[in-house]
Amino acid sequence: MSELLRIENLTKAYPGVVANSDVSFTIGAGEVHALLGENGAGKSTLVKMIYGLVKPDAGAMTLMGQPFTPTKPSDARAAGVAMVFQHFSLFDALSVAENVALGMENPPSTRHLAQQIREVSQTYGLPLDPDRQVGDLSAGERQRVEIIRCLLQDPKLLIMDEPTSVLTPQEVDILFETLRKLQAEGTSILYISHKLDEIRALCQAATVLRLGKVVGRCDPTEKSASELAEMMIGSNLHRPSRPAQEVGPVALEVKNLSLPSLSAFGTPLKDISMTVHKGQIFGIGGVAGNGQDELLAALSGEMQAPRGAITLHGDAIGHLGPTERRKRSVMAAPEERMGHAAVPAMSLTENAALTGMQPKDLATRGMIDWGKARDFAAEIIARFDVRTPGTQTAASALSGGNLQKFVIGREVMQNPEVLIVNQPTWGVDAHAAATIRQALMDLASAGTAVIVISQDLDELMEVSDVFAALNEGRLSAARPAAGLSIEEIGLMMGGAHDLEVAHVAG
Amino acid sequence: MIRLERRAVPAAKLSYVTPVIAVVLTMVFGGALFAALGKDPIAAIRTIFYEPLFGEFSFYYRPQLLVKATPLLLIALGLAMGFRAGIWNIGAEGQYIVGAICGAAVALAFYPLDSRIVFVLAVLAGMVGGALWAMIPAFLKLRFGTNEILVSLMLVYVAENLLAAMALGPLKNPEGLGFPGSRNLTQYEAANSWIAQDLGLHWGGVAAAVAVVVIFVLMGWHVLGFQIRVSGESPRAARFAGVRPQVLVVFCMAASGMLAGVAGYFEVSGPSGQISIDFNSGYGFTAIIVAFLGRLHPIGILLASFLMALTYIGGEIAQNQLGLPAAAIQAFQGMLLFFILGLDVFTNYRLKLIQRGVA
Repeated sequence: MSELLRIENLTKAYPGVVANSDVSFTIGAGEVHALLGENGAGKSTLVKMIYGLVKPDAGAMTLMGQPFTPTKPSDARAAGVAMVFQHFSLFDALSVAENVALGMENPPSTRHLAQQIREVSQTYGLPLDPDRQVGDLSAGERQRVEIIRCLLQDPKLLIMDEPTSVLTPQEVDILFETLRKLQAEGTSILYISHKLDEIRALCQAATVLRLGKVVGRCDPTEKSASELAEMMIGSNLHRPSRPAQEVGPVALEVKNLSLPSLSAFGTPLKDISMTVHKGQIFGIGGVAGNGQDELLAALSGEMQAPRGAITLHGDAIGHLGPTERRKRSVMAAPEERMGHAAVPAMSLTENAALTGMQPKDLATRGMIDWGKARDFAAEIIARFDVRTPGTQTAASALSGGNLQKFVIGREVMQNPEVLIVNQPTWGVDAHAAATIRQALMDLASAGTAVIVISQDLDELMEVSDVFAALNEGRLSAARPAAGLSIEEIGLMMGGAHDLEVAHVAG
Repeated sequence: MIRLERRAVPAAKLSYVTPVIAVVLTMVFGGALFAALGKDPIAAIRTIFYEPLFGEFSFYYRPQLLVKATPLLLIALGLAMGFRAGIWNIGAEGQYIVGAICGAAVALAFYPLDSRIVFVLAVLAGMVGGALWAMIPAFLKLRFGTNEILVSLMLVYVAENLLAAMALGPLKNPEGLGFPGSRNLTQYEAANSWIAQDLGLHWGGVAAAVAVVVIFVLMGWHVLGFQIRVSGESPRAARFAGVRPQVLVVFCMAASGMLAGVAGYFEVSGPSGQISIDFNSGYGFTAIIVAFLGRLHPIGILLASFLMALTYIGGEIAQNQLGLPAAAIQAFQGMLLFFILGLDVFTNYRLKLIQRGVA
């Protein structure tokens, strides 16, 4: 296999942290190369250097035998490097073709472009209508827009950053089909992920990063998933666990809940019913944008529902706002940490008071006892191992994982009767994720009804007693999580959008 | 190349220093402006900042400082609460006018009854009048989603016309020989707000001092103040925490309208004396500058109101003694706000000199 990209001794330091140190590896032509590592291992910085977004402090890159020093993404694109980002940069209000045109230096006419998009989508089995508005597309379809945008440039190297995190299992299959087709045509792919099974199924070579350094290289098809995980984490991971549960009485019940969407491109909730028992963890899967934010808002009280649609121990609470629900010990932690679950510019003490005010009795006759709030913040920090200089530190100064521990810890420490969390371990490193999952399980063992909304199926399978899936605002019937196969889960999640793999031409 | 780099954490200490730097920069660039106008910049700056405080006639100017600072302080305190919550009441000038009209109307209705109850009722009327005027943009915002900035601002012009109508109509002094304007309230002992005219102290000063303390405590320790701060920082987190934005809109608009309204009554029954066609003199707008100059913090606003009063008095002296045009003084005051807001960038960003990347 001939060599496409050689990376030698790349180093990049940011103030206070070395993101990449002496990283070297090579990608062969037509190879699918995995870049493995935990969050914060330096994967993103590395690909940003390859894509010309970040300038390395030291080291060299060689693309097809030529020195490769992109200073901006358009240099990288001109040299044949394309990238699909984890977070899409698409305009909801524009059509697929218009979005693709926006990313081009000299876009052809929309009609001509639409034709090209159709051709590419036919060739690579990526069903996509160029005239549809992006706001109406599923996450999987949006990703196809990004991929097609890249393929139109006819890249030699395609970088994909965590592409499957937003896809259903069936959509993953479609994507892999496409990637294999590309590979067969000689395109190299740099595939970033921490999902080990995918990497074993798709990639021929892997480079493992830990704390900015290359700690291993292997052929992932020859390693087991747990061997790969050990290379990635460097130690044996503590697996959360809890004793088997007796099902308690019903704590929270939702009956035929329908609500309009939060925003123009949100998803309305349609006829949602669910029953959560004391001591049970109710896992809700589904691809992002299928009503997760709306469901959390409805359960936390941010969006008010019809009175009887939500009941707690038989009492109607649907009409109550967040404060009233917290008084009844129904707590929530939304997905977005910054600016939703926490106020970035405020101290941890103030953020502790944000939701702890009533349950923790931090105010008497309207006057806040800041000493008490500080103690509460300090308790959270101590019990959840939040790395911070102190309670006066602003929330924005904490890393994502630490703030997430704080946000979840804040609710857990209030001993809720019902706790609803959305994406509890999103963007959190493996250790923090294990801590958070263990805390949720301990809470359930102590009798709390816990609802976990997540896009991480592994996480849901690990913690849930029962599982249901959100699809276009509808919630599937709940089933016991034990023994569910990945195909069954995929079907509950509504399968792929445009399930049939479009006929692959040629 | 110079680039702005976002700070991980806003530099809290810097936000105390930037107002001082802004004042210094205003002196430098204002001085340059005065020099360009052919005046001695040192003398001009000295006249503005030194003369009123320690000059030969400071015995006359010092009470004037208090007279000017009092309404600015009262109004700015109220506005700052709303600004902290992201509720932009720009129409304090209108609430100030309506408060003055309502207070004066109540006081004059009792004329010539000789009882201090008249004063109390008039103060209450001023508060209610200002608050109700501010409720118009609040109601329209909540009911129809209108922009409170535009509505409150436009209501200033309505209030100005109302003022003229009142001065010429219902509130016109029946013994005023047909001249526009109401009876002089300072000559109606029951409604007079002066405590010590030779010190420049009227009841507005007392009210402002109380308001500083109350709002300081409210913002720092009360749940409502906490909710106001959370809403301003991130509205989504506020809703998540159970804050009802409607409540804050009503509270902040009403409180700022009330303080502006009461400032209006203290003014009309003190320094100004009567409802006249041009009773208002822009305190409601200048208070916006004062609120930001004081970093939306009650103590800061206390200092800022006196600083702003100083530039007013000093500016007038400079006009009289040095023949500086009034527009130059206004430009000078505008510079102050410009530098304050401009330097705000540095609490969130730092300057970074970088070499251009090698291609």
